[in-house]
Amino acid sequence: MGFGWTIVSMVVVLVIAWRFLGAYMVAVYENRTRWLAVLERPIYRVIGVDADAEQSWQRYGASVIVFSGVVLVIGYVLLRLQGHLPLNPQHQSGVTPALAWNTIVSFVTNTNWQNYSGESTMSYLSQMGTLALQNFLSASVGVAVAVALIRGFARKGSRTIGNFWVDLVRGTLYILLPIAFLSAVVFMAQGAIQTLSGPVHVSDALNGVRQAIPRGPVASQEAIKQLGTNGGGFFNANGASPFENPTGLTNFLSLALILSIPVGLTYTFGKMVGQLRQGVAVLAVMAVLFGGWLAIGATAEHQPNPAVAAAGLDRQPGGNMVGKEVRFGDTSSAFYNITSTQTSTGSVDSANDSYNPMGGFATMTGMMLGEVSPGGVGTGLYSILLFAIITVFIGGLMVGRTPEYLGKKIQAREVKLAALGVLVMPIVVLALTAVAVSVHAGRAGPLNAGPHGFSEILYSYTSVTNNNGSAFAGLTSNTPFYNITETVGLLLGRFAIIVPVLALAGSLAVKDVVPASLGTFRTDKPIFIGLLLGVTLIVGALTFFPAVSLGPIVEQLSYGRFF
Amino acid sequence: MPTHLLVNLRRGVTVTVVFFVLLGLAYPLAETGIGQALFSHQANGSMSKNGSTLIGQNWSDAACPGHPAGSCVFQGRPDDLGPYAADPKLGAAGGDNPLVANGVRGGSGATNLGPRSKVLVEDTKKLIAYWKARGVTPTADLVTTSGSGYDPDITPADALAEVPMVAKATGLAPSALRQLIARETHGPQLGFLGSSYLDVLQLNEALAQLR
Repeated sequence: MGFGWTIVSMVVVLVIAWRFLGAYMVAVYENRTRWLAVLERPIYRVIGVDADAEQSWQRYGASVIVFSGVVLVIGYVLLRLQGHLPLNPQHQSGVTPALAWNTIVSFVTNTNWQNYSGESTMSYLSQMGTLALQNFLSASVGVAVAVALIRGFARKGSRTIGNFWVDLVRGTLYILLPIAFLSAVVFMAQGAIQTLSGPVHVSDALNGVRQAIPRGPVASQEAIKQLGTNGGGFFNANGASPFENPTGLTNFLSLALILSIPVGLTYTFGKMVGQLRQGVAVLAVMAVLFGGWLAIGATAEHQPNPAVAAAGLDRQPGGNMVGKEVRFGDTSSAFYNITSTQTSTGSVDSANDSYNPMGGFATMTGMMLGEVSPGGVGTGLYSILLFAIITVFIGGLMVGRTPEYLGKKIQAREVKLAALGVLVMPIVVLALTAVAVSVHAGRAGPLNAGPHGFSEILYSYTSVTNNNGSAFAGLTSNTPFYNITETVGLLLGRFAIIVPVLALAGSLAVKDVVPASLGTFRTDKPIFIGLLLGVTLIVGALTFFPAVSLGPIVEQLSYGRFF
Repeated sequence: MPTHLLVNLRRGVTVTVVFFVLLGLAYPLAETGIGQALFSHQANGSMSKNGSTLIGQNWSDAACPGHPAGSCVFQGRPDDLGPYAADPKLGAAGGDNPLVANGVRGGSGATNLGPRSKVLVEDTKKLIAYWKARGVTPTADLVTTSGSGYDPDITPADALAEVPMVAKATGLAPSALRQLIARETHGPQLGFLGSSYLDVLQLNEALAQLR
């Protein structure tokens, strides 16, 4: 009953976010709102940007890459040097080279895969000034790229797709900062901590327990980690830690923050291309996929844990509580982890590794669909638009007509770019997994034996290449092998998709709009929604079914066997 | 180098410096100021006299003269119990230590044992035996570990399952304990967000008052 109300409330919140945040984002990226000009204008002056000058897709892309490279280098240096820098009450030493490289690449790519425990590795300065800072910037880059692609559809005969520096600054200042600022206050009111005072030592007179409890500036990081679909926890336990996610309300708020921008961007998209219904069609596909995966995940986690049952405790009315927190319970925990894996967030409030086989199947395959339902901030929208182009192409083949999408002719160049963007992820994931299970350094990683061990490896490369960051955390991946191979997936999964997307934006922006005719395949109708759903599912199933069979599916089928 | 690359590099560096100051320092410091001014109890870790109500503790070693250790208090989930006990070799100062989870130094977190793990079956058997030895018919929460490794809460059903053990060791009437549990139960927020739970530290502080 409670879970039903949770879902209903979330739908209400998201409808509001879709309509109003979506409209606000149109105003932000069309330079119509200026209430923070007092902060914005000086920034342009300092960085030497003419806010009215636009860029070609090549210049836009070069700016994305150079900016990401610069923050990567600065972040790496700050992590390595943290032992010599202030705000380090626990006296953490510098992060080791391979781990610092993995961490900064992961945060710059909006992934937040964590091969470290925050509370025993990172100084407060690293958490605030490197990791949380990247949570803002990588999210803003993602939305900027999506908006550039929308402009490609919306414009005609244009050689430019916007100005990256303006999009970066406006997205950060006008969208991310105000929402994060307000939600951090709610997190604190509920019990999330926010202090620079270092660990607290307690001595309990009732049981003689002595504890050293690590603390830090958590709430400020928690807000942006969810809003920017980043997911990197201040603590190793991430959203399961009561200091990050203290109550049922913060659990709900986290999910609302995660989903707001990706959902709102479908409104932004519809508005900017001048046909709101097109945005609704895309949102419908996202919602169907999300609902399906949530149903699988929540149902699976409401079942008993087979290992606990085998130990003699059949009666588990609360579902599978291994790796879950009492204050959330089984279904709300599943809601969190499904949301986080469907949005490239990757934060967790319960241990994915201990999910029932079909629960693990749902979190893993949610990512394998390419993070489109609704996907990360910006990344979700541009990824599903790639699938939309493939869909109209297939539709065009069926009737022998040059396909169009939003009035733009989709020709060989566009289809090639979209196919490239869609195929990078599966190729990288499967290749890296194949390497890892073939070499000793890779096979040394899993904690669990049998199919679950294979799932841990497959999950890790799926997660990094989709820039998700969640984990089947039993995998020991703070090793040179995993630290380095993961960054291959991280970088390709981010930039080998962003570049084709921007090229596509440039190629579309130049084109003229073909007026719709009777023969035009309508992309705002249920038949297109069904076709897009089918294409997304079939591409995912064709590429990943064999690999998933060896992991969660065989695990589900192994009734009564333990490994 | 082409000039536009140099221009981009300069812009990249300056914008990073600007945002480092604004988002990396000013934003978290402003939040810290707000937190310390308006919500200082929460922002500092919800500390009570005996610890943080948000960080679970190991109650299994509580001294109970004449009775097995830990039987005169309500115990939390077995995040640091039996197979998951902190390893003294790692310097854990007895009981739960958020810097030592499940016997492994490094951080908070879950056991990450899979649903078809032989190790999980064996560990769970040990925990069931632990409770049976204390006259408790355990619920699932009492033999499973949490996501954080220091879950501070148990459900009302978990607490009720422990009543025979606590009643025997404290001499308090089971009905008085059940009333205490009803009083200390937090319902779901707004009636539907999350589950009903009891904070084990608050429960035991209230129990100490009762004794």
